[in-house]
Amino acid sequence: MAGTHHKEHPKYLNIFWWLLGLTIVEVAVAIPDYATVLKAILLIGLACGKAILVANYFMHLKFERKTLALIVITPFLICVFLVFMLMPDLTAASRYEGLKPAAEVVNTSH
Amino acid sequence: MEHATTLEHTEDIYEPSLTPDSLGKLGMWIFLVGDTMSFGALLAVYAAVRVGAGAIGWVPPSEILGINLTAFMTFLLICSSVTMVKALESIQNGNVSRMCTFLGLTIAGGVIFLGLQVYEWSALIKHGLTLTEIPHHGLSGAAISGSTLFGPAFYTITGFHGLHVTGGVIYLIVILIHGLRGRYTAEFNHEVEIVGLYWHFVDLIWIMVFTFIYLL
Repeated sequence: MAGTHHKEHPKYLNIFWWLLGLTIVEVAVAIPDYATVLKAILLIGLACGKAILVANYFMHLKFERKTLALIVITPFLICVFLVFMLMPDLTAASRYEGLKPAAEVVNTSH
Repeated sequence: MEHATTLEHTEDIYEPSLTPDSLGKLGMWIFLVGDTMSFGALLAVYAAVRVGAGAIGWVPPSEILGINLTAFMTFLLICSSVTMVKALESIQNGNVSRMCTFLGLTIAGGVIFLGLQVYEWSALIKHGLTLTEIPHHGLSGAAISGSTLFGPAFYTITGFHGLHVTGGVIYLIVILIHGLRGRYTAEFNHEVEIVGLYWHFVDLIWIMVFTFIYLL
C-alpha cells in the first residue's frame, strides 16, 4: 500500500458544504408537522446520503477496493434485518387487541 | 524449474501479503464494522421500540430535546472531520507543522463537542429526563406512560457515542504527541490515516444518532 497513496485528494471543502447543506435540509424537514412515514423516509434518506459522503470521501472508501465496501455495508443490512425481525413482537399487542386470551377460548369450549 | 516458474506466476496473480500499514488499516476497518453492529443494534432496537409504541404512545423527541444545540454539535463534528482529512493531506505532502495544527483543531472540536454534551445532559436531567422518567408538562398520559424507555435509550445511545468521542480525543492526542516528536513524514503516515478512519466513523455515527434520536 505504501507508495500507492492517492496523492490527489478530493476537494474536501466541497464535501463539507454538501454535508452542511444536507444538515440544514434535515433540520428544515424535521421541524414541520406532517405524515410521520414520509418524514422518516426523507430523514433516513438524507442521513444515509451524509453517511455515504463521509465514508466515500473522508474515509476514502471510494478509492479502496470494492470488497471493502461490501464488508462495510454488511452490518447496515443486518441492522435493517434486525428491525424487521423485532417488529412482529413489538406490534403484537396492537394486533391481538380485541382477541380473547387463548386460555379463555379453551375454557369456553368445554 | 517448472516448480519455480509456477511460484513466480502465482505471485503475479495474487496480491502481496498485508504490509504493516495495510494491516493496521484493515484492522481498524474490522473494528469499525464490529462497532457499527453495536451502534446498529442500539439504533435498531430504538427504532423497533419507537414503532411498537405507536404514534400517540411516544413523545416527539423534539419536545424534550434541543434541536438547535445538537444541530450545532453535528456541524462541529463535520468541521472536525474536515480538519482531520486536512491533517492527513498535510502530512502526505510532508508538512508536519500544518498536520499538527489540524490535529490540534480536530481535538478542539472533539473536546467542545464533549463539553456541549455534558451541558446538554445536565440541562436535560434538571428538566426531568432521567433513566426512569420523562418531563411531564404539556404531554398526554398515553405519551408519558408509553415513553418510559425514551430516557434510558437516549442516555445509552448518546452516552455510548460520547465514550467513543472521548476515546477518539485521547487517540488523537497520542497521535499529535507522536507528530510533534517528528514520527510522521510524507512516506510514513499510515497511523494518521488510521486515527482519521476512527474519527470519521464517530462523525458518521453521530449523523445517524442525530437523525434517529433527535429529528425523528
